[in-house]
Amino acid sequence: MAYLARRTGQALIVLAIAFTATFVMLQALPGDAILIRFESPELGLSPEQIADIRAAYGADVPPLQQYLHTLIGFLQGDFGTSVQYGTPVRELIGSALPDTLPLAGLGFLVAVVLAVALAFLSTLAPFGWLRRVLRALPSVFVSVPVFWLGIVLIQVFSFQLRLVPVIGADPVQALILPVLTLAIPISAPLAQILARSIDEVQLSPFVAVVRAKGAGPARVLWRDVARNALLPAITIAGVLIGELIGGAVVTETVFGRAGIGRITEQAVANQDVAVLQAIVILAALVFVLVNLAVDLVYPILDPRLKRKAVAA
Amino acid sequence: MSAPVDIPVRADAAAPPVGIAVLPALDGSVPSTAAAAAAAGPAARAARRLRSVPPGLVLAWLVIAVVIAWALVPWLFTAQDPVSGVPAEKLQGPSLAHLFGTDAIGRDLFTRVVYGAVHSLSGAFVAVTVGLAGGTLLGVLAGSIGGVVDAVVMRLVDVLLAIPGLLLALSIIILLGFGTVNAAIAVGVGSIAAFARVSRSEVVRVRQADFVEAAFGSGGRLSAVLVRHVLPNSLTAVIGLAALQFGAAILAISTLGFLGYGAPPPTPEWGLLIAEGRNYVATSWWLTVLPGLVVVAVVLSANRISQSLGRTR
Repeated sequence: MAYLARRTGQALIVLAIAFTATFVMLQALPGDAILIRFESPELGLSPEQIADIRAAYGADVPPLQQYLHTLIGFLQGDFGTSVQYGTPVRELIGSALPDTLPLAGLGFLVAVVLAVALAFLSTLAPFGWLRRVLRALPSVFVSVPVFWLGIVLIQVFSFQLRLVPVIGADPVQALILPVLTLAIPISAPLAQILARSIDEVQLSPFVAVVRAKGAGPARVLWRDVARNALLPAITIAGVLIGELIGGAVVTETVFGRAGIGRITEQAVANQDVAVLQAIVILAALVFVLVNLAVDLVYPILDPRLKRKAVAA
Repeated sequence: MSAPVDIPVRADAAAPPVGIAVLPALDGSVPSTAAAAAAAGPAARAARRLRSVPPGLVLAWLVIAVVIAWALVPWLFTAQDPVSGVPAEKLQGPSLAHLFGTDAIGRDLFTRVVYGAVHSLSGAFVAVTVGLAGGTLLGVLAGSIGGVVDAVVMRLVDVLLAIPGLLLALSIIILLGFGTVNAAIAVGVGSIAAFARVSRSEVVRVRQADFVEAAFGSGGRLSAVLVRHVLPNSLTAVIGLAALQFGAAILAISTLGFLGYGAPPPTPEWGLLIAEGRNYVATSWWLTVLPGLVVVAVVLSANRISQSLGRTR
């Protein structure tokens, strides 16, 4: 119970610092988004009109007041107003989320399947050379730029093999290549961790005992090795989710999909600070929540840890 | 029957040469045969060490050496101009005259990749320097002072880790503006957390060593002991991480360049090259595939080298 309270407190502190840091960085420093947007001579706005607009966005009050105002807004789920679109950030993100969730969800799923397949095949496949090739694949995957991977997949599958149409694809077809683009780099660190922990578990004494008792390779693998080897992989779930968000920005840009990633890219291009801050804080929130969940679930999955925690 | 025959043969043939070679060497007066062996020693040892180096690692160093040479003396590798092209030769496929083909306004792509090396490498260098300096400073402070400083620094590191790398870089770019150096700094800030964590744990590990305690016991001040004893012994892990971050920085900088937040055109930065080639994917595959392969080769090599540095620890 004390552990739960401490971890939750830590998570809240991280979020509070993240919020304060992004606020200081993005809002209190020069490069005021409102000035950039409305001060251009083409609009022909008088200084008084600009002052009115600033007042409407709440940008004319002292920084501390702005900070409290923004903080209370965030706590109530109000992320301010996008300077670029003139709509509330919450609506903007809400309308983009349905486009990104299937991409991110499927990308994560495919990444996990790919990583598990790679990890197990690289310890089980026949022929040493094949195992070595499979072992080397993840380090190639992490070295590939996501945007380039997307372009190459379009080239191969759309233009060379003509398997996936570029124009007039139905929603499912339009998801295939982006999901692959997102999944391949994310599967790499997972596959590496899995392969390493499979190696470790296979050398541990209890596996030798199970083998000595006459268990076949399939039983040893699925009942004894797999269950123990999959555990450490859960610990990097938070990091993978973060990678997923970064990957979505690039993937959506390459494939011209509307979504959170696209909004992020547009926000940076137009210095739409409120939008970027909301997305950064939401990403940090997801990361913190996932890690908190992992920390709480792990002792349940692995009772050895619970006993250790109690002993300590 | 065979065993009694074996023993005398072995004693006769093997014993005398060993006796001659080893005994004089032991008492210090080195005869000519032993001198020859000693002289061959370092060379043989070097050859043995060279043979034990995996070929992949040699290839990785070779790739990095070539790319560094591209960055330093690009004109030695290509006679053509990276910025102005020959319009008549536009969009040609790879050939002997144009190894990587030509782009939409007839510029030689290989030349642009060679001249682009300096942007990607110096960007990655700036990024790693920012991360290394900032991260090591934070990590060493946290690890050596401990207490409140440690807690504050590690919470900061937690925050940096909680924000996905690309979003963190974008937040800094929105602050600093677009450009090669700004993109590099943004990527570097993203790696501060990793450097801080590794250097902190190394400092904490080394601080418990006996010789550090001895240095304190013989009257060493904190700063002096840190500089003379703790830092040098914490360095190996940090250097391994720097090599790893170098590859990651090249990837991240090319991503920012691709999104249009890095160097402005017509700079031949690698990410920007691929972004420009994107409009011709249907007809001219080489414009995107070949520069991308160069990026993959460099990042793969940096990662391989960092792995070997980590292992020697």
